[in-house]
Amino acid sequence: MSALLFRDLRLAFRAGGGFGLGLAFFLLVAVLVPLGVGPEPTTLAKIAPGILWVGALLACLLSLDRIFALDFEDGSLDLLATSPLPMEGAVAVKALAHWLVTGLPLTLLAPVLGLLLNLPAESYLWLILSLLAGTPALSMIGAFGAALTVGIKRGGLLLSLLVLPLYVPTLIFGAEVIKRGASGADAVTPLALLVAITAVSGALLPFAAAAAIRVNLR
Amino acid sequence: MSLWEYANPKKFMALSGRLLPWIVALTVLSLGIGIIWGFFFTPDDYKQGSTVKIIYIHVPAASAAINAWAVMLVASLIWIVRRHHVSALVAKAAAPVGLTFTLIALITGALWGQPMWGTWWAWDPRLTSFLIFALFYMGYIALWEAVENPDTAADLTGVLCIVGSVFALLSRYAVNFWNQGLHQGASLSLDAKENVSDVFWLPLVVCIIGFELLFLALVLIRTRSEIRLRRAQALAARERLA
Repeated sequence: MSALLFRDLRLAFRAGGGFGLGLAFFLLVAVLVPLGVGPEPTTLAKIAPGILWVGALLACLLSLDRIFALDFEDGSLDLLATSPLPMEGAVAVKALAHWLVTGLPLTLLAPVLGLLLNLPAESYLWLILSLLAGTPALSMIGAFGAALTVGIKRGGLLLSLLVLPLYVPTLIFGAEVIKRGASGADAVTPLALLVAITAVSGALLPFAAAAAIRVNLR
Repeated sequence: MSLWEYANPKKFMALSGRLLPWIVALTVLSLGIGIIWGFFFTPDDYKQGSTVKIIYIHVPAASAAINAWAVMLVASLIWIVRRHHVSALVAKAAAPVGLTFTLIALITGALWGQPMWGTWWAWDPRLTSFLIFALFYMGYIALWEAVENPDTAADLTGVLCIVGSVFALLSRYAVNFWNQGLHQGASLSLDAKENVSDVFWLPLVVCIIGFELLFLALVLIRTRSEIRLRRAQALAARERLA
């Protein structure tokens, strides 16, 4: 399993892995929104949690089809399917690798973008916590969507259509954590719900995703 | 004699062919009675005036839309467990009908919201979750369209339907968290204290029955044409080989 994890990480970091693309996209969203809405600090502070979460979500979405598509094309996925590692494990590891190269860097970059968007000082802790708790769910749900569409040529747009509705609860709870944190309200409840989504999707979705991959390799 | 016999396409075609005219007749009858009764023989509401009559389309469409997803879920489970092709085709046939009902509910809701709430759209939990529900339907239908092999498509959409059901339910409760409602709560329940008044309630129930029958009729027609399409494709494939 660790061999697969390191292989995926190496592939992501080295030539043409598109590692920085998601981050650059996240930065672009945070720059474009003030250009569109105007530079008013109070407005920006109000919409910052939502923008940061939507930006992180879209940045995550960008790299989803890479989770399985390349391996499907060059046949490594068939090798994985015949290896002693169960497909469920392979899916979970690939989702983890995806999170390590997108979700985690996004979480680390988010406070900097929070500065750009005039996020109130007391929200930073909640921003980092919510992204840390929520982005693994984004990767896991995305891996499920990628598994469904792996056999489809040019399935990128379809993948977004399938995955975005599944992202709704995560997005709602994630942005709610920051909003409540900023206003001093109880932010622990949405955070706990967010952690619950991550835990449950991490536990159950690998099975659904592995089933989809097996169908696609048939 | 068991229900599973009708998993045989031939038996299914025979049975559904015999039942269909009756179902269509009942649909026309109940929708006709319900809508004419509701539109012309109920009083105007003392606050809402005649806009209250949108209820006879809005509520039945919304309930049929949710039931359609439930049908898809059950049919997908049967396909995944027992691999009956008719079941997969029922799920496929139900999706566009369900999406249409969802859109009808959203549009009639907007038409009703404009005079009553003063807005076409509000980010109310019920409205929002219904909009998200429409997205689920679109994704499901798009996946059916995108996959070429019919069995692969049935498997993938089946998995999507099961996972999607969980997330759709979760979204339904997540949006409660996120905004307060403008939409009224349930007012048709048998056990609730305060319900819609009987003058409106009776024709509404007839309309709901009519919409469910309409759904059933449309799904049967669509499933039958899917089965015929499969047969035609099989025949064409045999032609090519010969």
